[in-house]
Amino acid sequence: MNGLMQKRRVMFPDSGELETLRNLAGGIRRDAISRLPDLLEELETNCQQNGIQVHWAQTTEEANSIVLNIARNADAKLAVKGKSMVSEEMELNHFLAENGIEALESDLGEYIIQVDHELPSHIIMPAIHKNREEISEVFQKKVAPAKKSDTAEEMTETARQVLRDKFRRAELGISGVNFAVAETGTLCLVENEGNGRFCTTMPRVHIALMGIEKVVGKLEDLPPLLTVLTRSATGQPITTYFNMISSPRQDGEKDGPEEVHLVLLDNGRSRMYEDELLRDTLLCIRCGACMNHCPVYTRIGGHAYQSVYPGPIGKILTPQLEGIDTAGYLADASSLCGACVEACPVKIPITDILLKLRHKKAQSKKEHHWTELEGVKNLFEKITWKGWKFAFSQPWFYRMQASILSRTAQFLPDQLPMLRSWSRFRMVPRFSEKPLHQLVEDAGIAEE
Amino acid sequence: MPVLRKNKMDASRSQILNALRNSRTGIPFSESQDLPKIPEPEWNLEEKVERLKNRMEAVHTEIHECTEKGFGKIFREVIKQKKITNLLYGKKTNWGNKLEAMRQRGPKTMPELIPYQKKIEDCKETLFSIDAGLTQTMGAIAETGSLILKPDGQEPRLLSLVPPIHLAVLDSKRIYSTFGEAIREEGWSRPMPTNVLLISGPSKTADIEQTLVYGIHGPKQLILFLIR
Repeated sequence: MNGLMQKRRVMFPDSGELETLRNLAGGIRRDAISRLPDLLEELETNCQQNGIQVHWAQTTEEANSIVLNIARNADAKLAVKGKSMVSEEMELNHFLAENGIEALESDLGEYIIQVDHELPSHIIMPAIHKNREEISEVFQKKVAPAKKSDTAEEMTETARQVLRDKFRRAELGISGVNFAVAETGTLCLVENEGNGRFCTTMPRVHIALMGIEKVVGKLEDLPPLLTVLTRSATGQPITTYFNMISSPRQDGEKDGPEEVHLVLLDNGRSRMYEDELLRDTLLCIRCGACMNHCPVYTRIGGHAYQSVYPGPIGKILTPQLEGIDTAGYLADASSLCGACVEACPVKIPITDILLKLRHKKAQSKKEHHWTELEGVKNLFEKITWKGWKFAFSQPWFYRMQASILSRTAQFLPDQLPMLRSWSRFRMVPRFSEKPLHQLVEDAGIAEE
Repeated sequence: MPVLRKNKMDASRSQILNALRNSRTGIPFSESQDLPKIPEPEWNLEEKVERLKNRMEAVHTEIHECTEKGFGKIFREVIKQKKITNLLYGKKTNWGNKLEAMRQRGPKTMPELIPYQKKIEDCKETLFSIDAGLTQTMGAIAETGSLILKPDGQEPRLLSLVPPIHLAVLDSKRIYSTFGEAIREEGWSRPMPTNVLLISGPSKTADIEQTLVYGIHGPKQLILFLIR
């Protein structure tokens, strides 16, 4: 993550320019969100005029059934997919597989984890939690056993050959949408690999999946948004491809899909819209800068959040998508340090939203009728907090506890119930042999 | 579309829009303020060319500057050096005609020319077995080092994607400073063509341990002929 933070810094050498750009990009998004229903209708009208078929879905189930219906009409057995977070929300691959249609991820990172039956750990770099040896093993076992695939170059070449064959054969291409332009009915895709272009050009039918918040008003809104997106995400001045699609294949054209479908998914977004502060969650352009800069994310990794969207944006998005009662705990997993707010290119007040969600969660707890098990859990939580308060307000106790833990905690087995949900995905961190107080003393620092 | 499904979707549409519209009432909306302006760079032609070259070379684009007259010689050298035996191109285009004339004049140093004339359904085999494709460009963006392509019936979308080497021709007079300038100057708006592309280098990935590798799904090499 340090590398990514460094790359982003290099891309924004002038802090004044960065601030102006954030104000501009944030302003464009804010303006679009404030006119959301009007822009969605304008987008629909113009897409339809261009020959793009527009579908509306309130829930992920509805969106899945729309996709399945289109796939069946197209007689599709194989769908190639470009990266789409909305499709992860829908658990589309799983759903299509159950219905006899293979949905194959074609972004290299997504492909690797799909082949290995894992879930993405980052929204821009899905396989960032895997090292080269692990990926090489996946290739050896599941992609091309006959080929030597050790280096990143060799694996990339192997994936190229395997996936080119799939692009050729697939009847259906599925993609996300980075920005949709209302005034022209244009769907924009940002990518480096070319798989997005394949998915949206080669198969006979293309389905674009989009959260309803992704719409902007005018073409001229694109340049500032594109530049903050690519610079914040991967520290690139621009990605290799910026792909703007406005219609299916026209008379006289020789390639491109004959049908283009746009699926507009709500899935809780209109609920966020009700609240003036929570609504700012919808400004997000999914660059991932908040996770790259989050001290919690960088230590625990994306899987720990157990949700489609990890990191700070996930902490505010998931409780609102899935409900405060089921996912509200995510809002607690923050130190409110605000590094994400500083990095966010569209200035989402993430920490304010976190506090509001915590408040909502506390309110909903009060109104909740507790089952016995939940009651026990609540009691346990109360005792934990009481104990924490005691330990941190009594220096003698704190020191004693730290000294005992630093000597004994390393012998705790990783399989303890409270550690298991962590140790399933990663190594359990070890207590330092000396407490911080001791280290400071040893370093000869008198004033703490 | 079956009636039932259509009704369901219409219901979803109006419920989503109603939900959004209803929440607008009662909540005060901050008037969208005047957005800040980013000063546009004032680059002359030479500065734009420099900037474009720097940006594109930084992402592995090979650039050959030449006059229209000198194109033939440099082109034949590139073909030889890259061992390009066959080349996909658009017929009845300015540069397509030039290629045909060059091939007639000196067939030995030119690759076999294959026009992209059939629909994709009827030419997949050929398309995937070709060494290189040549396209024209509608312009370029100096700030980001990007080529602007508007694929059409003559030069289809896959021409710049499937062949492992993408050869592109750019008239240096058509370099814009920024993406915003290109949109304004070219009057992009309704109706937009089926597809508009900004291409900034050969395809690349960094999904394995963040190691940058060129040539994943799209072209492995991008070679630009910059006509002065």
